[in-house]
Amino acid sequence: MATATDSRRPASKGEKVADWADGRLGIYGLAKANMRKIFPDHWSFMLGEICLYSFIIIILTGVYLTLFFKPSMAELVYDGSYGPMNGIHMTEAYASTLDISFDVRGGLLVRQIHHWAALIFIAAMAVHMMRVFFTGAFRKPREINWLFGFLLLVLGCIAGFTGYSLPDDLLSGTGVRFMQGAIMGMPLVGTYLAMFLYGGEFPGDDVIPRFFSIHVLLVPGIMLGLLVAHLILVFYHKHTQFAGPGRTNKNVVGMPLLPVYMAKAGGFFFLVFGVITVIAGAVTINPIWVLGPYRPDQVSTGAQPDWYMGWTEGMIRMMPGWEWVIPTGHTINFGVFIPLMVVGVIPIAIALYPFFESWLTGDKREHHIADRPRNVPTRTAFGVAWLSWVFMCMIGGGNDLWATHLHLSINSITWFVRIGFFVVPPIVFWITRRICLGLQRRDRDKVLHGRESGIIKRLPHGEFIEVHEPLAQEEMHTLTAHEQYRPLEAGPKVDENGVVRKQGVVERVRTKLSKNYFGDAGQIPKPTAEEYREVTSGHGHH
Amino acid sequence: MKKLSVRRRHPLAALVVLLIALAATGGLYATFAPADKAKAEESSAQSLAIDEGKKLYQVGCASCHGTGGQGSSDGPSLVGVGAAAVDFQVGTGRMPLQQPGAQAPKKPVAYSQTEIDQLAAYVASLGPGPAQPNKSDYDPAGGDAARGGDLFRTNCAQCHNFIGKGGALTHGKFAPDLGGVTPKHMYEAMETGPQNMPVFPESLLKQKDKQDIIAWLDTVNSDKAEEPGGYGLGGLGPVSEGLFAWVIGLVLLIGVACWVAAHTAKARKS
Ligand code: HEC
Ligand code: HEC
Ligand code: HEM
Repeated sequence: MATATDSRRPASKGEKVADWADGRLGIYGLAKANMRKIFPDHWSFMLGEICLYSFIIIILTGVYLTLFFKPSMAELVYDGSYGPMNGIHMTEAYASTLDISFDVRGGLLVRQIHHWAALIFIAAMAVHMMRVFFTGAFRKPREINWLFGFLLLVLGCIAGFTGYSLPDDLLSGTGVRFMQGAIMGMPLVGTYLAMFLYGGEFPGDDVIPRFFSIHVLLVPGIMLGLLVAHLILVFYHKHTQFAGPGRTNKNVVGMPLLPVYMAKAGGFFFLVFGVITVIAGAVTINPIWVLGPYRPDQVSTGAQPDWYMGWTEGMIRMMPGWEWVIPTGHTINFGVFIPLMVVGVIPIAIALYPFFESWLTGDKREHHIADRPRNVPTRTAFGVAWLSWVFMCMIGGGNDLWATHLHLSINSITWFVRIGFFVVPPIVFWITRRICLGLQRRDRDKVLHGRESGIIKRLPHGEFIEVHEPLAQEEMHTLTAHEQYRPLEAGPKVDENGVVRKQGVVERVRTKLSKNYFGDAGQIPKPTAEEYREVTSGHGHH
Repeated sequence: MKKLSVRRRHPLAALVVLLIALAATGGLYATFAPADKAKAEESSAQSLAIDEGKKLYQVGCASCHGTGGQGSSDGPSLVGVGAAAVDFQVGTGRMPLQQPGAQAPKKPVAYSQTEIDQLAAYVASLGPGPAQPNKSDYDPAGGDAARGGDLFRTNCAQCHNFIGKGGALTHGKFAPDLGGVTPKHMYEAMETGPQNMPVFPESLLKQKDKQDIIAWLDTVNSDKAEEPGGYGLGGLGPVSEGLFAWVIGLVLLIGVACWVAAHTAKARKS
């Protein structure tokens, strides 16, 4: 077992160079080959790797696509190998996507790998983020890395949206139009912003070339930088680990990068590539050839964005179309503007969560031991409630398809989602917290009374009891290793001089929240050594 | 002219004029009306069909549509809906309706094609309306799929989706998936506009336009439709793709991750 001693050693020059190369070449293990870093083993610690590998796959396939894609809105009449589009007016962007699909060698496969990898990339980021959230891996010293990761997620969505728009097909064009509407929905600045971004009235000739630069240059460039920074920080902080015998806040237990981890990571890259390629070879994604070129006078039902934008679509679909005309004659469109604000505010709340929690606990120490989600019930409940909220929005975003496939009325679904938007998260919050507390209680029982062995014993006087086996020392440690915060005290009402102490609103809120997180309702006290001794000496034979 | 005017008082003149007039009328009639022998036979067959259709109608349809097709509280008037409407409604199993609902659903067809034609003949006899189309009108082989696709996206996709996979309308109504609908019924649907679908008469979509649309649907949403990209996930777009990415893609990858993480004997030993 290798034990790292000093976690705050600055990255050496060699490390920096290696990581720089790593972000570009993606040979994750190789870059670290000559360093005796340790990476703990847990499947959930490999989610970040799935992100990394799918990102690399996206870059590789994306480069191939840029060789053939023409980001131009110049119009032409298609005359090519896909018969059902012959003679149709379209932009060069759409025509070149048809060419990639039908005339470029391997073009369709590469397009499909690119798109599937993008969907999986963002899904993997979401799950990776959940892992980090639910295990508290965002706590000091990793808050900055949480922010980097968060930015990667946001940028990933932007990259996805701009990429989806490039072929200028009827589906994506509807999305681009939608975005224009959303921007115009902003009071005061909306119209100007939309005119600026689209280079005039919709659709104009500029939006595709502009999205192209954003999609292939600006966003991936920033992402690459952030990604390298992200990995450097993971490397520098070292990875968190779950509690267990021999694992402390000061060490990392796992495999050395060389050779075991490197081999694993390399192999894993090819497995990820393989899985995505098989999917792309077998299952169609975004068949632009049947969607037709974008024309502002055409629209199709069932027009949705890719999944990661589904929650925004859902909010727009569930929001009643309220509109005011104010005395100046201007229109304020709440149907778009309110969802737009929520779309802005929610991600910021997520980004700032680590800072909120450290403010709440007042804990300034470093944390390298990952929490078990059950041991922080309120945080876990927040996370799950938030997921349920996103899920409600997603249902709203696909309301038409649920309606036709489950034979329901689209109006009922929309109302269900409108109510669920407000009602479901609190219910989910409450249930999750109960489950966590229940699990904590079970852990406590296990520690104090041992594991149920399934053996039933009959006592001389006829009573049946189940024999409980005491836990192994290691397991006992694992179940009791976590720390428990005490709720903040409100503090005395009067100070030492007898003067009434003013407690600010912020302080009161903090006390209240702290009680919620760490009070009696928020956690089950873990068994103390005394309790354990008392119980085991009392009736040790159970 | 002079000769004619001289003889116009000839005793036979009236007869000649009469004969000419008769011949002209007959000729005109022969030109403009289907009154030859075959036509006469057909029309008697037609009236037979109408009679049969009327009988079928009285049993199966009159309770809702009224004994003379004038309609009732349970069904609309059928006067003037035409043979095409009947052929579509009964031929796709929508009629006879079983129970009122958001939209008359498709069911197994209750009548043979001959009976349907008889019903159609009867309803057509109630008032003029679109007739059943000929095969040459709707045969997809004669249509231009590319042009049809453009027309479809302009006129139909807002309800039926890009390739006619269907979509939701308000309050449980829906535009159905057009895969598996016969070309004839497609043509009739456009001509008659069933339920919540608008009517697309000749003035909106010419016969050729309709045929092109049918050719498009035949190309992209039928058994013959090619799927160059592989399995099409129902042609429903990003929602089904997103579900697939999560449920199959990500779950597979996490499975692989678990597998890789589980093979870690080396580290355990140390
Ligand atoms: C239970 C009542 C009921 C019965 C029985 C019934 N129908 Fe209908 N029919 C309806 C209703 C209601 C509608 C209107 C459907 C709608 O628009 O939602 C309708 C619509 C139609 C239409 C379309 C009218 C139009 O405007 O295009 C035709 C054609 C038709 N029925 C024919 C028939 C025939 C032929 C039969 C007998 C085989 C029949 N129906 C039996 C209730 C009935
Ligand atoms: C306003 C929405 C709307 C538009 C636009 C529309 N349809 Fe429909 N269509 C419907 C609805 C609703 C039905 C179902 C009617 C029923 O069940 O009686 C339907 C039914 C059909 C059917 C019969 C399907 C079956 O399962 O039997 C065909 C074929 C059809 N439409 C073709 C078209 C074509 C082609 C166009 C464009 C020219 C078009 N529709 C435009 C709403 C629409
Ligand atoms: C381009 C996308 C991303 C890539 C390539 C990536 C990559 C990685 C990798 C390889 C690791 C180490 C292994 C692991 O813990 O899974 C990691 C850790 C981490 N990631 Fe990401 N990540 C991405 C996005 C995100 C996002 C969206 C967040 C959260 C907002 C995030 C937050 C973190 C944090 C806090 C750690 C440290 C975890 C720990 O030490 O336990 N990352 N990332």
